[in-house]
Amino acid sequence: MRETQERKNPFVSLSGLPVARLYTKDDLKDWDPEHQLGVPGEFPYTRGIYPTMYRGRLWTMRQFAGFGTASDTNARFKYLLSQGQTGLSVAFDMPTLMGLDSDDPRARGEVGYCGVAVSSLEDMERLFDDIPLDQVTTSMTINGPAAILFAMYLAVAERRGIPSDQLDGTLQNDILKEYIAQKEWLFPPEPHLRLITDTIAYCSEHVPTWHPISISGYHIREAGSTAVQELAFTLYDGLTYVDAAVNVGLQVDAFAPQLSFFFNSHNDFFEEIAKFRAARRLWAREMEKRYHPQNPQSLRLRCHAQTAGCSLTAQQPMNNIVRTTLQALAAILGGTQSLHTNSMDETLSLPTQNAVTLALRTQQIIAHESEVANTVDPLAGSYFIEQLTNQMEEGAREYFQKLDAMGGMLNAIEEGFPQREILEASQRYQREVDKRERIIVGVNDYTEEKYHSIPLLRISEESENTQLERLTSLRTRRDCAKVTEVLQAVQQAATTRRNLMPYLIDAVKARATLGEICVALKEVFGTYQESAVL
Amino acid sequence: MENMEVLKNRITYGDVRAVSKLITMLEAQDPFGNAVVKSLDSLPSQASIIGITGYPGAGKSTLIDQLTTCYRAEGKKVGILAVDTSSPRTGGAILGDRIRMQSHWSDEHVYIRSMATRGHHGGLAKATGDAIQVLEAAGYDVILVETVGVGQEEGQIIDLAQTVVVVVAPGLGDDIQAMKAGLLEIAHLVVVNKADRSDADATVHALRNWVSHVIPTIALNGEGIHAVIDAIDAHQRKIVEQHTYRS
Amino acid sequence: MTVATIPLRILIGKVGLDGHDRGVKLVARALRDAGMEVIYTGLHQTPEQVVNTAIQEDVNAIGISVHSGAHNYLLPRVLELLKEQEADDIVVFAGGIIPNEDICWLKSKGVRALYLPGTPMEEIVQFVRGLHETVLPLTERIGTGKRDT
Ligand SMILES: Nc1nc2c(ncn2[C@@H]2O[C@H](COP(=O)(O)OP(=O)(O)OP(=O)(O)O)[C@@H](O)[C@H]2O)c(=O)[nH]1
Ligand SMILES: [Mg+2]
Repeated sequence: MRETQERKNPFVSLSGLPVARLYTKDDLKDWDPEHQLGVPGEFPYTRGIYPTMYRGRLWTMRQFAGFGTASDTNARFKYLLSQGQTGLSVAFDMPTLMGLDSDDPRARGEVGYCGVAVSSLEDMERLFDDIPLDQVTTSMTINGPAAILFAMYLAVAERRGIPSDQLDGTLQNDILKEYIAQKEWLFPPEPHLRLITDTIAYCSEHVPTWHPISISGYHIREAGSTAVQELAFTLYDGLTYVDAAVNVGLQVDAFAPQLSFFFNSHNDFFEEIAKFRAARRLWAREMEKRYHPQNPQSLRLRCHAQTAGCSLTAQQPMNNIVRTTLQALAAILGGTQSLHTNSMDETLSLPTQNAVTLALRTQQIIAHESEVANTVDPLAGSYFIEQLTNQMEEGAREYFQKLDAMGGMLNAIEEGFPQREILEASQRYQREVDKRERIIVGVNDYTEEKYHSIPLLRISEESENTQLERLTSLRTRRDCAKVTEVLQAVQQAATTRRNLMPYLIDAVKARATLGEICVALKEVFGTYQESAVL
Repeated sequence: MENMEVLKNRITYGDVRAVSKLITMLEAQDPFGNAVVKSLDSLPSQASIIGITGYPGAGKSTLIDQLTTCYRAEGKKVGILAVDTSSPRTGGAILGDRIRMQSHWSDEHVYIRSMATRGHHGGLAKATGDAIQVLEAAGYDVILVETVGVGQEEGQIIDLAQTVVVVVAPGLGDDIQAMKAGLLEIAHLVVVNKADRSDADATVHALRNWVSHVIPTIALNGEGIHAVIDAIDAHQRKIVEQHTYRS
Repeated sequence: MTVATIPLRILIGKVGLDGHDRGVKLVARALRDAGMEVIYTGLHQTPEQVVNTAIQEDVNAIGISVHSGAHNYLLPRVLELLKEQEADDIVVFAGGIIPNEDICWLKSKGVRALYLPGTPMEEIVQFVRGLHETVLPLTERIGTGKRDT
C-alpha cells in the first residue's frame, strides 16, 4: 500500500495544470516530431530560432539598471560593462515612465527611486556619456512616452555623429500590457497605438537594426497571471501590433523581423521551459497563417527573459539567489536570446552593486560552468516537456478564440477580460499560499524569527536636488520661443496622420522636456481612465 | 439636546465632516442620527434630486462625472450618492463608483459618498433617502443618486428622485421587451450611452418606439451631455409647474 | 445593528505613480470577503485625494499601497493631512516594498501597520478586524468642526 501513496493529491503546476505521476509515449500518441519540432532555426522554431543557438553565441546578459540621476546610472552602466555584461538596459524612474518631468508636483518623492530620472535631452546625454552607442546594444524599458525617449536617444547619437543605422537596441514600447497589467499609460489606446506604429515605421526606414517594440508578458505574469495567460495575452498583443502596422500600410516583412518579446521566467521549472518553446511555435504558426510573410525572419520569435520579481521574498532574502538561479536556468533551457537575473534584494529596494554583481555571476556560472549551453534544446523529446509544450499552445489558442470572439484585444481590455482572468488567477494562487497548499520557503514554512538584514541601496536626496537644479538651469538657458514653436509643431502633426517621430526629435533637440511634450500631446490625444476590474 | 443643535448647525453650514458622520449614523440606524435628521425635516430645500439608474456597466458613474462638470459650470453645489450591492453572504462590499468620478476631487463643492445596500432591495440602501435629506440640508443644489446596476428588479429610486434617468448601453435587442414593464416605466428619460459604438443608432431607434425622450451620449468625452442636462431641466420645470398648479 | 455588526468602512487605494495593483486588489477582495465595506479609489492617488475621499466616505481606516519607493514622503504626508483635517482618528496602514528601517520610522510617524509582499491575507484581515475594538462611538468621532468655521 505504502508504495502507491502520494505526498499530495492532486499534483498541479504553478499555473494550476494537473501533473501526472508519469509521462510515457501514450501522452504523445499523435505527436509527430517533424511537425511539432522541426530542426533548430527552422519552422516552427520550437527548438530555437538559430541552428547553433548558444554554441554560436551565448545569450546576452543584460541587467536592468537605473537609479538617481543620469550621472549616477552612467557610472553603474560603466561598472556593469567592465564586469563582462554585454548589453545595457535602462530602468527609468516612475515620473519618467508616466511622462512627468522631475519637477512636476506629482513626481515629489519619486525622482530617481525606481530608476533613473530623464526629463530632457541633456539627461539622456549624461546617461550615455562616454558609452559608445554604436558598440553596445541598449534596451530601454519605457512605454507610455517611449517615442519621446527614443527621440532623445536618436538625437544623442546624431550629435555624436553616429549614423542611425548603426544603432542597435530595444524599446519596450508595449502599451497593451500596460492596460492589461502594469497600468502606466498616458493616453487612450488608439493614440498610443498610433505612436507605436509611428516608431515601427520610423525604425523600418531609418534604424533598421533597432527593435521598436518588446511585446511583454513579464508584467502580465507579475500581475499574477498563469503561464498560459502570459503566453496567450502576450502573443495576442503581438498580433494586435502586427495588425495595426499592416493597417497603416507597412509590409509585414518590413517590420516583423524586428519585433521582439519579453517573458517572465518563474518558479515552475518545466512549465517555464515549455512556455518558451510553445511561444516560438505558436508565433510562427499564427504569423504564417494570418500574414503569409515571405521572409522567414518574420516568423521567428526572439525574446528577452527576466526572472520573476514577484517570486522573491523579503523574508530570508538570501534564498532569492537560489530561486533566481533556477529561474535563469529555465529561461536558458527554454532558449531565450537575452536574460536579466534579479538581485536578491529587489523586494526591498533597487539592487546594490554587490547584489547586482552576484546576479550577473549567476548567469556566468550557468553559461560557463554548468555546461547546459553545449547543445541545442536539450530537453526535446521528453514526454513531459513535449506534452507540456502542447498544453501551453492549446491553452493559449483557447484564449485566442475568446479574444477573437470579443473583437480583438482593445475590446477585451475595455470589457476587463484579461484583467479579470489575471486577478482570478492571482487570487487563486494567494489562497493556496494562505492555506499552505503551496509552500514558500521562509514565508509560510521554514520561517525564522530573526530578521535577516542585508545592505540596501539608498537614493540620496542630493540626487533629487541635483536633478531639479539641472532642470531649472535648462529651462533658463534654452530658447523659449523655439520650444513653443516645436511643441506647436508636435501638436499640429498629432492631429494629422503624419509620422510623429521627426517632430519629436526636433522637439527634444530644442530642449523641450519630456513633461512638456506629453502635456502638448495630451491636449490632442486626451487621457484615459482605467476600467477598474475588482 | 445641545449636541444635536451643534451637529444640525454644522450640517446647515455644509461642514463635510459633519455630513459624512451623520450619514454614517443613519446607515447604522443610530437613534441620535435619526433624531437629527428628523429635526432637519423642517428646513426648506430647493434641491433637484436626480436618480441615475440602468444596467451594470452602462456608464452611470461616468455620466455622473460629466453631469457634475456641467452643474459646477452653472455654479451649483453637487452631492452624489453612489449605491452598490453588499454581498448577501458576507455583508461586505467593494464600492468602486468613485473611480469614474475623479475629475472633481479637489472641488470643495462636490461631495461623493458611496453607500452599500446592506441587504436592502430595490437598488438603494435603506439610508439613501435620509442621506438625500442631509445633503439637501447641507445646501447641495443638485443631488445625483446612482443606484446599483439594476436588471429586472424595479428601481425604488422613483420614490426618492424627482427625475429618473435610465442609462443603457447599445445592443439591448430583446432586453427592451423586458425593460418595458420595469425600467422604462420609471424613466423620465433614457440615455443610450457609448454612442461611439456602431450599434448605438439601432438601440436609440428601437427605444424611441416606447419612450419619448431618448438621448445618445458618449460619457467618455462628454458628447450629448448638454442634451441630457436640458432634458433634466425641462422635466424639473414641469414638476415645479405641476406643483405650483396643484397648490 | 450593534456596533460590532456595522461593517467597517475601509479606503483601499494606491498613492504615487506606480501601477502595481495586484496586492491592493487582493486586499480589497479579502476585506470584502471578511464583511467590510471597501471604498476602492484605484490608481495614482495623491495624498490630498486620499484624505479628501477618506473624509467624504467617513472611513475607519485607510490602507494604501506604494511600490515606487516614495513611501517615506507619501505616507507621512497622508498622516499630516489627516491631522490638519482633524481626522486623525482614521487609522492608516500600508503595504508595498518597504525596507525594515523605513518600517520602524514610518511606525514612529503613526502608520499603524505595514505589510510586505508575501504577508498572508489573513494577517491583514485580522488587523483590520481588530479596529472594531478601537472604533469610538459615532458621536465621539465628529470632531469640533472648528476647522471649517
Ligand atoms: N466606449 C464607451 N465606453 C464608455 C462610455 N462611458 C463609459 N464607458 C465605459 O464603460 C465602463 C463602465 O462605466 P461606468 O461609468 O463605471 O458604468 P456604471 O454604469 O457606473 O457601472 P456600474 O456602477 O458597475 O454598474 C467603463 O469602462 C467606461 O470607461 C462611452 O461613452 N463610450
Ligand atoms: Mg457605477
